[in-house]
Amino acid sequence: MSLGHTILGLLESRPRHGYDLKRAYDERFGRTRSLHYGQVYSTLSRLLRNGLVEVEGVEAGDGPDRKRYTITEAGVTDVAEWLTRPESPEPYLQNTLYAKVVLAVLTGRRPQDVLDVQRTEHLRQMRELTRRKLDGDLADQLICDHALFHLEADLRWLELTAARLDDLKREVRP
Amino acid sequence: MPIHPVEPVGPAGPAGRAPAPAVPAPARAARPAPAPHEPLPDGADLLTATGLRKSFGPTTALDGASLSVAPGELLAVMGASGSGKSTLLHCLAGITRPDGGTVSYRGQDLAGLSDSRRSALRRSEFGFLFQFGQLVPELSCLENVALPLRLAGLRRRRAEDQAWEWLERLEVADAAAKRPGEMSGGQGQRVAVARALVTGPRVVFADEPTGSLDSLNGERVLQLLRRAAKDSAAAVVLVTHEPRVAAYADREVVVRDGRTRDLGAGR
Repeated sequence: MSLGHTILGLLESRPRHGYDLKRAYDERFGRTRSLHYGQVYSTLSRLLRNGLVEVEGVEAGDGPDRKRYTITEAGVTDVAEWLTRPESPEPYLQNTLYAKVVLAVLTGRRPQDVLDVQRTEHLRQMRELTRRKLDGDLADQLICDHALFHLEADLRWLELTAARLDDLKREVRP
Repeated sequence: MPIHPVEPVGPAGPAGRAPAPAVPAPARAARPAPAPHEPLPDGADLLTATGLRKSFGPTTALDGASLSVAPGELLAVMGASGSGKSTLLHCLAGITRPDGGTVSYRGQDLAGLSDSRRSALRRSEFGFLFQFGQLVPELSCLENVALPLRLAGLRRRRAEDQAWEWLERLEVADAAAKRPGEMSGGQGQRVAVARALVTGPRVVFADEPTGSLDSLNGERVLQLLRRAAKDSAAAVVLVTHEPRVAAYADREVVVRDGRTRDLGAGR
């Protein structure tokens, strides 16, 4: 999953401090593995360097960093581009897709579009594999079948998520 | 991933069954390949639906569904249960009359045709394939496949000659003498594919045609349907909720809440 884009998406929903970002990330996406502070700050400095975020202000207080980060126009464009770009099917893709759907809700975009773009890409690949199967020998058929079953499992997840979007919206953005 | 054993279906039928009684092939001259259909003007669609609306009592099945099918195209219509995809297919085929919107076949509005003209169109231009083959149980497979030709007025011998060729093409000629109840589901669906294509339709409407079959038999039916439809230049409108079935199509349209969304053929 792209940590940079996920952090950008969280910043697009509202400006945050580094600590805030870690907490929001862990709450939404870190159920199996929470983020280290080091990862947050190294990602933020890369995003700063690339002009995708900027420091909105520094607050006095305890702790190492009280900088408040906000997303730039270039950052918003980057998030939009990422959300509408289909992912290459791969194992554990659901982590990335789940993050995209949640961030689309958080940033006021249409999560259905994220799912549709991905569905189109998955079906395109399934069509391609099916053609290979039709033209191929038994080995081709068995190899393609394995890939097809995995793609189909992803598609079922996409469909189920589409059916649960209203619930997700209520939960993510009450 | 373990590969589960699947009941093989070969020329002799599923393992463990008695071989089919031999049916002598009727002597006949080789049938020429199906004549290509009279071409439409460049880029013209064969079948077009625009803004279809249909309700059954208080239930809205279609709420502005639109799609088009090009000649020879295999189009998958996908959607969850109750999304309206079967109603859409019935409207496209002229079986159900929509409350609003138009269905146009080769530029002709189906609503403008009399019931008898529409029935004639369905018999001569369209083929149908459903989840359960809907073969006539009292007739042999050969007679089932010959039936649409007989209804179109062909003499028995000629109709059965053509039916025989389609059974061979669908690799189920060994079951020609069997009745539908004496065959496996996979064989029955292949016979149903033969019956849907025997009249040389321009469009085949298939509603969950492999829904009652296991994976291997379902795949075989889809392979044969795709090949036979492409060879005859017939378009296929394939209604399914299964992505693996839709992957046999050239393109997909998704039906949601009675509306269509064309997600294209992918990039």
